[in-house]
Amino acid sequence: MEHSGSATAANSRLGKPLVELKGVNKHFGELHVLKDIDLTVRRGEVLVVIGPSGSGKSTLCRAINRLETIDDGTIHIDGQLLPEEGKGLAQLRADVGMVFQSFNLFAHKTVLQNVMLGPIKARGLKTAAAKEEAMGLLDRVGVANQSHKMPAQLSGGQQQRVAIARALAMRPKVMLFDEPTSALDPEMINEVLDVMVQLASEGMTMVVVTHEMGFARKAAHRVVFMDDGLIVEEAEPEKFFTDPTSERAQDFLSKILTH
Amino acid sequence: MDSVIEALPKFWDGFTTTLFLAVVSGVLSLVFGTILATFRVSPLKSLRIVGATLVEIGRNTPLTLVFIFFVFILPSMGYILPLGRVPAIIALTVYTSAFVCEAVRSGINSVNVGQAEAARAIGLGSNQTLSLVVLPQALRTVVPPLINVLIALTKNTSVAAGFAVVELTATGRGLARDYPPDVIWMLLGVAFFYLVITIPSGTLAGYIERKVVFSR
Repeated sequence: MEHSGSATAANSRLGKPLVELKGVNKHFGELHVLKDIDLTVRRGEVLVVIGPSGSGKSTLCRAINRLETIDDGTIHIDGQLLPEEGKGLAQLRADVGMVFQSFNLFAHKTVLQNVMLGPIKARGLKTAAAKEEAMGLLDRVGVANQSHKMPAQLSGGQQQRVAIARALAMRPKVMLFDEPTSALDPEMINEVLDVMVQLASEGMTMVVVTHEMGFARKAAHRVVFMDDGLIVEEAEPEKFFTDPTSERAQDFLSKILTH
Repeated sequence: MDSVIEALPKFWDGFTTTLFLAVVSGVLSLVFGTILATFRVSPLKSLRIVGATLVEIGRNTPLTLVFIFFVFILPSMGYILPLGRVPAIIALTVYTSAFVCEAVRSGINSVNVGQAEAARAIGLGSNQTLSLVVLPQALRTVVPPLINVLIALTKNTSVAAGFAVVELTATGRGLARDYPPDVIWMLLGVAFFYLVITIPSGTLAGYIERKVVFSR
């Protein structure tokens, strides 16, 4: 694993480790999708994970809040070992926001109810307080005027922004984005990326699996390149995109940047 | 025809008994069947095994055998139940819960797995995920098969006629004996009163289906 000197310098401005993966392995049957992954995300850091499909980057992202179980290794969040199941796990997940590729808004609830459900049921907030906060968040992501619609009545970009508001409503310590723009029509990608860039600038700790190189350049502190279940390279975005060290990263970038 | 009019009070008694059996066993079956379905999708393996075993016993045993068990075998082992409606309701519930369970389970499986993942990701426990997110969405796909199950239950109550419960079928049998020339009319009367229960059930199903509809 290569570390550039400047990446280390940038990291020194960030806070204490918030997400720590040590020796994480994961198999899907025969397939070894995560191979001895060591990764630390520090408070306030925006980490972008890129790599070809099937490289394990989504699995890595989903393992952090245990939507995927791991075979061995440890994952700590804010110093606490990720519980295997039960109430402890639910509590920890409440602190970790997750945004999915396919939005996954609750189809039987309105936009507003989607955002209020977690704070009321998992945090025990009163309805009035939850509503006020939810409306504030919907306003922040620019869909407050859609609050009484059902998710299916919204465009993809709007749905994804609601999903971000839903995750933020839990006041998470860290936000995970699993290819948040991959299911969107091209004209809607920017409205979602804008929200994410703003979040990053406000100091939210973020792990973002994405193919959006523009976002990585604009908002990331560090880029992690994965291939075949391994972290092949990690560097500051500018360094990674202009001067990647590993052959595999060079090969990947040449394929996606030629158009 | 006149004899049918004459027999109306008896038909009415049989009808209310059938309706009572169907409604009470129906409600109990919906409750126990849904609980069984949550067992079958539980993260705990032991609960899944219990659920699967009960379902297989319930749905693979002929209803008459289930009645025989609760009316004759259980009392012979020393568990005395009052004769009549109580063992009938127990037998119908045991049998029907298995079918309700499978209908509800298929509804749960029809809900996109991403819905449950999103619920868990905002910190809901597995019970909350099921009751707040998955089951309400499963309801839409579950209504038509559930109504099928409940209509089948209504007709299955006729098995109780063989076990000392004077419901519609037993009433019809008695009336056919009392009015030999009018056997056909008496049996048509019985059929009519079953329809009085089952046809509105179908209409109600259509209504509920439209009420719980939402697009995904």
